[in-house]
Amino acid sequence: MKILVCISHVLDTTAKISFTDGGKSYDKNNIQFIISPYEELALTRALELKEAGEGTITVINVGEAETEPTLRKALAMGADDAIRVNANPTDAMFVAKQIAEVVKQENYDIIFTGKESIDYNGGQVGEMVAEMLDIPSITSVSHIDLNGNTADLQREMDGGYEKVSCDFPFVASGQKGIAPEARIPAMRGIMMARKKPLKVIEAVEANLATEVKNHTLPEPKGACVMIEPDNAKELIRLLHEEAKAL
Amino acid sequence: MNFDLSDDQKMIRDAVRDFAQREIKPVAQELDEKAQFSVELTKKIGEMGLFGMYLPEQYGGQGMDTLSYIMAVEEIARVDSSQAATLAAHNSLGIGPLYYYGTEEQKMKYLPQLCTGNALWAFGLTEPDAGSDSRGTKTKAFVENNEWVINGSKIFITNGASDLAIGATVQAVTGEDEKGRKEYTTVIVEKGTKGYSTVPMHGKMMWRASDTAELYFDDCRVPESNLLGKIGEGSKIMLSTLDNGRLSIGAMGLGLAQGAFDLAMQYSHERKQFGKFIYTFQNTSFNMADAATKIELARNLLYKACWLKDNKRPFAKEAAMSKLYCSEIAKEVADVAVQIHGGYGLMKDYDIERFYRDQRLLQIGEGTSEIQRLVISRYLSDEFLGK
Repeated sequence: MKILVCISHVLDTTAKISFTDGGKSYDKNNIQFIISPYEELALTRALELKEAGEGTITVINVGEAETEPTLRKALAMGADDAIRVNANPTDAMFVAKQIAEVVKQENYDIIFTGKESIDYNGGQVGEMVAEMLDIPSITSVSHIDLNGNTADLQREMDGGYEKVSCDFPFVASGQKGIAPEARIPAMRGIMMARKKPLKVIEAVEANLATEVKNHTLPEPKGACVMIEPDNAKELIRLLHEEAKAL
Repeated sequence: MNFDLSDDQKMIRDAVRDFAQREIKPVAQELDEKAQFSVELTKKIGEMGLFGMYLPEQYGGQGMDTLSYIMAVEEIARVDSSQAATLAAHNSLGIGPLYYYGTEEQKMKYLPQLCTGNALWAFGLTEPDAGSDSRGTKTKAFVENNEWVINGSKIFITNGASDLAIGATVQAVTGEDEKGRKEYTTVIVEKGTKGYSTVPMHGKMMWRASDTAELYFDDCRVPESNLLGKIGEGSKIMLSTLDNGRLSIGAMGLGLAQGAFDLAMQYSHERKQFGKFIYTFQNTSFNMADAATKIELARNLLYKACWLKDNKRPFAKEAAMSKLYCSEIAKEVADVAVQIHGGYGLMKDYDIERFYRDQRLLQIGEGTSEIQRLVISRYLSDEFLGK
């Protein structure tokens, strides 16, 4: 069993973001970067599957040298080796092409992504990779078990679940539930991660499909008006006259 | 100067922080209330690899530097002092002397299992009549028929009596030199040895979920090969063990101060009085500014002492300074944090109540603040006089 887990290097969820370059990029100084949480859960489940059977887990990231500590953490969690495609991940199509190229060479049985990275919330790379390789893509996976030559997966749907089975290879995008909680690397794992292979490869040529014009932050929240619990009249007046909600 | 941590050090710190939040925080208050040492939690700390972090791999350790170990203690103490005490005492006082002074055979016999978290080791120094004045030690040992015969008792010994405790390094008087000064020697005593008994101490104000014990030796006989180091080396072993221990107690003070600061920061941004968040009152925010400054100073001092040790330079003076300063500011920051919490800070439902009690050991254990000042002032005088 060969598993590839795609790792996004994203801003910590609590990071305060300030945009630079006319809103096209953001200030990376003093910002903590993490493995995108859905991918961290998918990697955790991949590690459990490997430990229950056998196989190897490779993690991949398309990014510049600054993303290597994030890949090292994935190695510390238990992945066997890592690949960094040395390029600025400009958009989903570009990233998907790089990953598809690696998969073509290596024939992985399962390619995990997260259901979306928690910075840009694109949610496209996994599906694009599947399309480029002409293999199935199963999204929003909240559980996966291996069953001989197939896998049994559970997908989250609005108000329920869908259970599917699928032959290898396929792309699965993990979401909450695929593992109960992300694995915390133990000290031994951190020390072993130093010695595990982290291969840097150059990107293949890919045309940009999209261009980012700029980003904006949401408007700051307005001041909160407190109303005494027994003053329903005032509440209705404010909703009607100020908020124009009634 | 470079204050950046390495990528590995950052990963270690963040992993221990996540571990403390996930595994320790949810149970800390209950374990404290019940004064219960948790075997399960200690084993989890072992699985994380926090015992023996600084030992080479051949002894079951992780081969990490001092600073990584100290940051791990700091991160645990930021959440709970009892678990940090188990960790710091086992590493610095339990594992330390065996690693630094044990024979290869002794190291291979004890260290691998002590790194797993399935077994803990204690350091028996303090006695009912020998606290700051360790030369008042009364426990005696002599050799008879190729065996050490030990008589006496020890008190306030961390990790001495729990179900995981498997033994102790014991300091005993083994003779006198030609000037009539006592000669000290350290001997290894395994739990289960006839004449060796341990009694857990109850009714503690602080570190209630850690194991504190009295050790009793009643014609306790161990093989002569259980000598740790050389005969008469006891004082040297004790002093160097305490130098290392001071770094980890410093880390406990720093972690506790940071944890108390975090709690006060959170509370002062939630609690409203006179229609405003209490952080917006200058009295609160200025106290927090002072607390943050003290924590920053404490961290810089402690990390520098670790850096000195990791770079094989003398660090004993800075270790004593770190222990003194981190312990003292833990008291000051916890006090301010309780004041900010007001009446709620006096209730057991609030973590700050536990932090306030836990800090009080730090100025007493492993050398009181007064002893630290004595140690530092002697170094200063020696430096001044060119000794």
